[in-house]
Amino acid sequence: MDGSACDILILGAGPAGVSAALTAHARGRSVLVLGADPMRSPLAKAERVGNYPGLAGMSGRDLLAAMLGDLERAGVRRITGRVTGVVSFGGSFMVSAERDVYQAKTLILASGAGQGTKPLPGEMELLGKGVSWCATCDGMLYRGKRVAVLGLGGEGEKDAGFLESIGCQVLFFDPTQAKNAQIIGTDRVTAVAVGGKEYPVDGVFVLRDTVAASALLPGLAMRDGHIAVDENMAASIPGVFAAGDCVGRPYQVARAVGQGNTAALAADGYLKERDK
Amino acid sequence: MSVIELTAENFDEAVKDGTSLVDFWAAWCGPCRMQSPIVDAFAEKHPEVKVCKVNVDEQPALAMRFEIMSIPTLMVFRSGEAVKKTVGLSGMEEIEEMCR
Repeated sequence: MDGSACDILILGAGPAGVSAALTAHARGRSVLVLGADPMRSPLAKAERVGNYPGLAGMSGRDLLAAMLGDLERAGVRRITGRVTGVVSFGGSFMVSAERDVYQAKTLILASGAGQGTKPLPGEMELLGKGVSWCATCDGMLYRGKRVAVLGLGGEGEKDAGFLESIGCQVLFFDPTQAKNAQIIGTDRVTAVAVGGKEYPVDGVFVLRDTVAASALLPGLAMRDGHIAVDENMAASIPGVFAAGDCVGRPYQVARAVGQGNTAALAADGYLKERDK
Repeated sequence: MSVIELTAENFDEAVKDGTSLVDFWAAWCGPCRMQSPIVDAFAEKHPEVKVCKVNVDEQPALAMRFEIMSIPTLMVFRSGEAVKKTVGLSGMEEIEEMCR
């Protein structure tokens, strides 16, 4: 466990997450920002953001860099990693990212669009029966075995290297190949089909940059493939808030920043009420 | 009730009577480290259930026997027979439901 619980743990370091973090920090809350590298988000590829007041015309990359700079100057702790599990226990939340575990009193989900990403054929049916979302968690169970890594995110190659280093025979598929893959098996994984060819394997690691929040937090209410929130950005689970592209369209920086601010104020209010 | 660490040698004897909950875990797995305190709290709250843990790293034979392919995995045994298996993190309520 990583020390004591922080007040607000923010999942995602894009505009909504940074905005929430700056506001929460300014309110005197202890904050931790955790998530995938924002420089690999769709925003980082935007050539120009035309409607962000005061900074209109900046590239997505420059805008993100400026925001992350603000976070750093404020002294907010940020950790890059893939969140693999969230659980509520004893009035707080525990969040695992790779091998580390963090504790927080409230969560702000700001993990971007893609919450509604469709699972691959066979993925949900065979999850835990040869399909895994976490190479560091389950890799050891496949030592000496043949596994496929479906690298749907940018970190897939790194994980493939890790699996190889612990003694797995690894077949790596990049995002272009992986997105049309099919996982085959009845009681357990027997093969993976990619590009019309079947490869016999014992396990399949499906690795995305972000695991959908609904998969991480069972019972989290969704609406049209996005996290359902009220006007204060509170999600259906007490102590959980959400902001930015993960709560719905339009996917705009200005909207995400405003929502991040609202979510942080709501989380602060929730903590005040709770600690009364 | 205290949590019992199981091995290939004592497994069958340990789960042969009543209801047992078994937590399959390993030190390298972040989510397992979150599962562990919840399982401990469950053991405190439910002395009627025998709560056990299996370190899959040290007990590969048990991991293979119960086809553990992802951790954490929780299994419920009644009179020695496996009746339930869930893969991934479970909260207190889910564990209570499993053992009901």
